[in-house]
Parts: sequence; C-alpha cells; structure tokens
Amino acid sequence: MSTKKWIGLALVALALLALPLVLTSVGTAWVRITNLAILFIFLALGLNIVVGMAGLLDLGYIAFFAVGAYVYALLASPHFGLHLPFWVILPLGALFAGMAGAILGAPTLRLRGDYLAIVTLGFGEIVRIFLNNLSQPFNITNGPKGITRIDGLNIAGMDFVNTHTLFGIPFTGPAKYYYVLLILLLLVIVVNLRLQKSRIGRAWVAIREDELAAKAAGINTRNMKLLAFAMGATFGGIAGGMFSAMQGFVSPESFILHESILVLAMVVLGGMGNVWGVIAGAMLLSFVPELLRYTVDPVQQMLFGKLLIDPEVLRMLIFGGALVLTMRFRPAGLWPESRHKLEMSENRS
Amino acid sequence: MEIFVQQIINGLTAGSVYALVALGYTMVYGIIQLINFAHGEVVMIGGMVALTVITTLVGMGLPLPPIVLVLAGILAAIPICMALGYLLERAAYRPLRHAPRLAPLITAIGMSMVLQQVALLIWGRDPKAFPQIMENKSFIIAGASITSVQIAIILMSVLIMATLTWFVYRTRFGIAIRATAENVNVAALMGVDANRTIAATFVIGAGLAAVAGVMYGTYYGITHYTMGFMLGLKAFSAAVLGGIGNLAGAMLGGILLGLVEALGAGYIGEFTDLCRWPLVDGLLVERCANGGHVVLFGSNYQDVFAFMVLILVLVFRPSGLLGERVSERA
Repeated sequence: MSTKKWIGLALVALALLALPLVLTSVGTAWVRITNLAILFIFLALGLNIVVGMAGLLDLGYIAFFAVGAYVYALLASPHFGLHLPFWVILPLGALFAGMAGAILGAPTLRLRGDYLAIVTLGFGEIVRIFLNNLSQPFNITNGPKGITRIDGLNIAGMDFVNTHTLFGIPFTGPAKYYYVLLILLLLVIVVNLRLQKSRIGRAWVAIREDELAAKAAGINTRNMKLLAFAMGATFGGIAGGMFSAMQGFVSPESFILHESILVLAMVVLGGMGNVWGVIAGAMLLSFVPELLRYTVDPVQQMLFGKLLIDPEVLRMLIFGGALVLTMRFRPAGLWPESRHKLEMSENRS
Repeated sequence: MEIFVQQIINGLTAGSVYALVALGYTMVYGIIQLINFAHGEVVMIGGMVALTVITTLVGMGLPLPPIVLVLAGILAAIPICMALGYLLERAAYRPLRHAPRLAPLITAIGMSMVLQQVALLIWGRDPKAFPQIMENKSFIIAGASITSVQIAIILMSVLIMATLTWFVYRTRFGIAIRATAENVNVAALMGVDANRTIAATFVIGAGLAAVAGVMYGTYYGITHYTMGFMLGLKAFSAAVLGGIGNLAGAMLGGILLGLVEALGAGYIGEFTDLCRWPLVDGLLVERCANGGHVVLFGSNYQDVFAFMVLILVLVFRPSGLLGERVSERA
C-alpha cells in the first residue's frame, strides 16, 4: 500500500474511534442507533456468506440470531439464576447457532434454491413459535414475555452499564459497546474478505454460478453448502449474543420474519457478494429509516396536523420497495461484485 | 370418537380454503416456475375488501338477506384481487422473466411486504372482526357438529375446483395454459400468446385467492393484515405436498394438510402429555397426581405441522404425491 492509502486508513480509523464521543454529545440515543446499525452490518455480512457468496437464499436467518440471543439470555440472567461470563456464552451461542444451521442444512441443502428459501422461512417461523410457547409445561423461554435483566458485558471487572472516565474522557455504556462491536465487525469483515479469495470462497462462487459444473470440477458441493450455511449461522449467533447483552431484554417479538427480510434487503441492495457493497447497503437501510423517523413525523404534523404514515410502516415499505426496485433496475445491487454483475446480466436463458 | 369426527370436519373446511389458495401457487409455479410469495397477501386483501363491502352494506341498514351480502363481498373482492394479480405480474414479475431464478423470488418477497404495509395503512393495525351475518346453524353428525358456514365453504370450493378443472382441461384457453406450462417457446410457435396466458394464470389464481380470503374471513370471523403470510405458507406447503405444478395435487394437498393440521392439533396435547407415559410419570409424581397433566406440546403448536409436512415432503419426496419429476437444476 502506498503512503497515501495508509494515511487515509489512519484517518478512517481515527474517525471511527472518535465517533461515539461525538455522537454522545449529540445524544446517547444516536450511539445506540449506531450500535444497532453495526449489529445489522454484522448480520448482513454473515448472511452475505450464505446468500452472496454461496448463492443460497436463506429467509430464516433471524432464527440463528434468535438462537444466539436466547443462549446468552438463558445463561446470563436471573431466569435460571445462571450468570456465566460472556466469553463463555458468546462462543457457546455461536456454536449452538452453527449447529442449528448444520441441522437445518443437512436435509434441505439438496433442494433447489427456491425450495430452500421456503424451508428456511418455515424454520424461522418454527423457532419463533417454539420461543413463544416453550413456557409450558416447563418454563424455558418465558414465552411472549421474554427474558429480562440479562447481564451486560463485563470485561476485566469493567461493567458496561456505568460511565467510566479514561484520560479525562467519559465513556458511557453504549460507547463501550460500540468499541466491542467495532472489533467484532472488523473480525467479520476480515473473515469475509479472506474467504472471498480463498479456496472455499471460490468454491462457493462456483456453486452459485453453476452447481453442476462445480460438482464436475471436483467440488464437494454438499459439504461446501453446509459449511456456508453453518458459518453464516455462527455469525448470526454471535450477533444474537451481543444483541442480548446490549438490550438486556429479549422476546420472540424481536425475531419475526420482517427482521430476516430486513437483513436480506441490506445484502441485496448493497450488492450480493461484495463486502463493501453489503456494508454500504446495511448502513443505508439502518440510518435512512432513523433519519426519516426524525424528519417525516414533524413534516407530516406540519402538513396534515396528524400522523398519516407511521414511521414503522414507512420503514417496512422502504425495505420491501428496496428489494423490488433493486431486482428490477440493478439486480446485482448498488455496488455489485464484478463477477456477480456478469452473472446477473448475462445468465439469460 | 366425537373429537375425531369433529377434527375431520374442521380439517376439511380449513383444507378447502388451503386448496383454493394452493391452486394459485401451483398454477403460477407450473407456468413460470416462480413461487409467488405475494399470493398470500392477495388472499388477505380479498378478505379485507369483502369485509369492507359487507360492513358498509350492513351499516346502510338495507334489508338484504345474508347470502346476498356475502355474495356482494365476494363479487367485489374478485375483480379487485384479479386486478392486483395482473398488476403484480405486469409490473413486478414480467420484467424479470428471464432473470436468474432468485431475482423474481426476491421481488416477490418485497411485494409481499409492500402489500402488507399498504393493507396496514388502509385497514389499520388491529384485527378486524368479520360481521356475523350468516345464521350459523349446526347439524349433528356422529356426535360432531357441522355448521352451515362449513358446509357452504366445502361445497363452494368443490364447485370452484370442478369448474377450474373443466376450464383447464376442456377449453381452448386452458389448453393454452397447459401448453405454455409445458414449453413457452413451442407454445408460442403454435400461436399461443405467452404473455397473455401467463397474465391470465395470475388473474385466475388471484380470483381464487379472493374467494379463499372471504371464506377465511367468514369461517374464522376475523381478518388481519398479516393473515396472508401464514395462510400463504401453508397453502404453499399444500401445493408442494400434492406436487407443485399439478392441479389435482394442489386440491389433494390442501385437503390433506387441513386434515393433518386439525388432527395434529386435536391430538398432540393428549399424545405429548407426559403423565400418560409410564417411564416419565414417575419423575413428575406431584404434577401428575389427581389427574394432572404435563402437556409438552399443546394445540398452540398447530402452525408447526404445515412446516413439518413441507420439510418432510421436500426431503423424502420432493416431487410431491402426484407431481411429475422436478428438474434438478435451479
């Protein structure tokens, strides 16, 4: 890398490090919003492995997120009286989610793409139904009420609730989560980038483009697809654990189909398979609805004197519309991966 | 025994509704190999439109017999849903006809979400109660009761399915549909207007969906902007169970799924009551004492059955009960 690039990179890093401090001065709410956005970028990059690289349309991705979140919630809350440290449960949640991915994938990955989509969707619903109902006769998930008072992170005796002052700079709880999330995000970005160029990543692209040809070329397509599925699920599980820790509360409400589609919309809009595109798509779809929340309401109040369109509805309309319009006008996404672009425009049979 | 007969009756009724919706999925899939994800939302909008019409008519206080009210609801819902089906095909799916397979599927998911939110804007967030206008007479069969609404639903769907079968197998247009499903290019060479035929398939499916939506509303007494999602998924499972692309399969699959679901919901509680199992009840003495129950899975797991059926069929017999061989490549 040239010196210029290094300087640019250093500036970006500095900006990212300073961001929560700037945002805190605007309002802690914005730090929280940023944290959730990072979590969704993380999720989108996890799903990108499955949908973008391996070309498997997974519509139940949020289920793995739910598994991670509930593993964390059950093992670090007064619900069972267990309070294990996060460095035990976070990997455990990832492991469980990955296993759930493998269990779901093993029988279904033989199916064609569109059937797989429906089965994963059904799986997502099943997980939600179970979370909702596993309070009877033995109370495991506490049903629709969810699990409250989940322990936050605690690193080296420093809890993530109170504000700590370091070098005269106050770090609030959300700001500390921001840094942890940033580290995790970096990890998933590196994994994504390394995977893309690796033997595995190339095998996935081959499967995505032509499974039969990939098989003929000696790729063990079943294992490769299973690996993609399990790996995507693992990242979903990690994100879920972080979600639990950050929110301190989980309930089945947070894991509905809409969330799966939201993450999918991020991947699709940004450009399936392209890491930077997915990040941009996720940021766009995370922040635009939040901005709208703060602008559309007052504008509507001013024009009509009442709220005509609920910002939540608007948000869902944006996600749905993003999917439809992207497919119609830029099927490879806003920032397409060069290979994928070729595929999406050329493969007309 | 009464429970058994009762659940069969309930299953047949729900199954008739599933079958009508499944026909829409299967016809579209048969002709362009697309899972029309937004189909469930068309059903929902059919139900909502009918509800609005019926409520308005009731509100006007005209001395109309209930059957006329329901028919008015259906007659209003059908053209609106048909227009919606046409619009979906024309605006969302047709431009993607030659795109890779996942593209129209993603569009369909997006459309489904958009339609749901539009319905939310029009009809609100709360569930809407369907006006109870039909006098619900019950008849007793073998200890179980069957209501007049149930009879009407079953008879009506049989009639519709018979008409559809006649239409697809005996009319010129039906032949065109089957030819296009077989091979678009060859059908076009024989003078079939492929675009028109595909659009017509969507429109017919949407019409069936409208009727199903009204049936669902009158049967369960409620409509909600999210109801299309579950119903759509179940109907799709029914279509896969019967063999997707196959008309008779969709009908059979719908009825079977309705029965599986009703019987499953009726018996799962009894079956998974741990107190009935000799090995386990020793551990739960206190809770099982005095005729107590420890039911592992109750009827609130009803919605899981459809997915179980779907997954099992796809794993063990992907072509479904009556389906032809499905090609390997996506």
